[in-house]
Amino acid sequence: MDSVFLIKSLIILGIFAISLGIAAYETYFERVIAAYIQDRVGPDRAGPFGILQPLADAGKLFFKEDFIPTMADKWLFILGPSLAMLTALMTSAVIPFGDSILFDGHEILVQGIEVNIGILWVFGVVSLGVYGILIGGWASNNKYSLYGAIRAASQNISYELAMGLSIIAILMMSESLSLRSIVEQQHGFNWNIFYQPMGFVIFLTCSFAECNRTPFDLPESENELVAGYHTEYGSMKLGLYLFSEYVNMFVTSAVLATLFFGGFNYPGMDWVAAKLIGGFGEVTGHNLATLVGTLIFFGKIFFFIFVFMWVRWTLPRFRYDQLMDLGWKALIPLSVVNLLITAGAQLSGMPLIANWIGLAIFLVLFYLGSNIFGTKKTSL
Amino acid sequence: MQLTNRAKKTDKRPLTLAERSYLPGIAQGMGITLKHFFSKKATIRYPEQTRYLGPVFRGHHILKRDEEGRERCTACGLCAVACPAEAISMVAAERVKGEEHLYREEKYAAAYEINMLRCIFCGLCEEACPKEAVYLRHDKFVPVFTNRDQVIYGKDQLVEDMNNRYERDAWTKEEMQKLWAKQDPVNY
Repeated sequence: MDSVFLIKSLIILGIFAISLGIAAYETYFERVIAAYIQDRVGPDRAGPFGILQPLADAGKLFFKEDFIPTMADKWLFILGPSLAMLTALMTSAVIPFGDSILFDGHEILVQGIEVNIGILWVFGVVSLGVYGILIGGWASNNKYSLYGAIRAASQNISYELAMGLSIIAILMMSESLSLRSIVEQQHGFNWNIFYQPMGFVIFLTCSFAECNRTPFDLPESENELVAGYHTEYGSMKLGLYLFSEYVNMFVTSAVLATLFFGGFNYPGMDWVAAKLIGGFGEVTGHNLATLVGTLIFFGKIFFFIFVFMWVRWTLPRFRYDQLMDLGWKALIPLSVVNLLITAGAQLSGMPLIANWIGLAIFLVLFYLGSNIFGTKKTSL
Repeated sequence: MQLTNRAKKTDKRPLTLAERSYLPGIAQGMGITLKHFFSKKATIRYPEQTRYLGPVFRGHHILKRDEEGRERCTACGLCAVACPAEAISMVAAERVKGEEHLYREEKYAAAYEINMLRCIFCGLCEEACPKEAVYLRHDKFVPVFTNRDQVIYGKDQLVEDMNNRYERDAWTKEEMQKLWAKQDPVNY
């Protein structure tokens, strides 16, 4: 039992370290990808290819003056970035990073905690995440920070609705809230993206908004709000805010890969597992197969992180009313429609075909309807 | 009235369903940014990689010697008069017997100083010089200094070294572009 406890704590520690490490290197890759997309070279001075850049950045942030404005609410001002970081780190606990490890006769899951309300936990913590920004912006006692914080709060609330509704379609198919059982139902190449293309687009859009990433980065737009909610922050407090955004990006990518792209599943996984077990024996083979699955899962996560950065240098920022229009008038109705289609598909007994037929019927109906009833100002 | 043939007629048709969903537009835009991801980088990594600055660049001053190694400057003072920042000062001296290999004319500059804090690199000294003695180099910056003692450049820093003579590689735009094409993979 002791060794199981040890392994479990090692896994938790590992997940913690990995999410922090990946977040640190996201800052570096953000700069490199930005540079490459803009035909530049990017950071290449600190260490080979500039890989020590995150360390240099962190060192610089630590040595900057830690400033608290006189009129600010001191304790809330300190609490803001801590909350943002705390909530960002809490989410990764329920994500299944791999299948399981066989050790000492025990089967240990590669996951922080396996709970049967996994996805609810993610949503609960993510919805708390906005408190970090809101408290920080309010405590700064600066009207631009407050504007940024209010924008963040209303944006997160608006998009969480559509996000939740698009997830319900997934839950209807998997009939479970546990992330692990959602992953296990996508065994092999049976990924949810094939059943839920519209749900995926809605979820992706909403997760951009939840992470406050471009094109939904209104809370921190420097040209209208002088950097928004973190205007008054400097030193490592600002660092924590920025860092928590990157942790959020990592976790969101992991959730995206888990829900829609099969988590640690990949085509031909049974064949690989059988080969490995044949070659290395029952225990080692199983563990190696888990490792392969985990690596593939991380590949998917990195792909989504890349998409986040890719979109950042493609799309311009939304105007605030357009953002609200998109959230309330487009995404929420669409996700309700998606729910109806999924429900019909589940009842019909042929989810894959019925989902696509339902989507096609909806598009045709929408097209005809907008031709007959639509005004020129219809926005979607 | 049409002024140019570049005018484009505005498309005011209502958006189609695909256009209103913005997804094809976003996909197209992402394709464009991804293409740039793999394109050639325009960066010149400066300290290691330098680029020919062009014949008209005005940098470090130089007092030229002639082909036999004699100083061309006759300390006429026209450069000092032309200098709008009054950075140049000199002391003239008469050439004595036995110094013919050092100075080309009977009069020469015993001291020639340029105050680099005042110099604005306008190039008027170059134009004023009747003896083609003073030039602003196209290939060398005045180095960074941290101390005021280092800013007054005397003859030791200005007079040309005969072992390492200063020449311009190009005088025209065409010659310059030929040099650039040889130096950089990207054609600027």
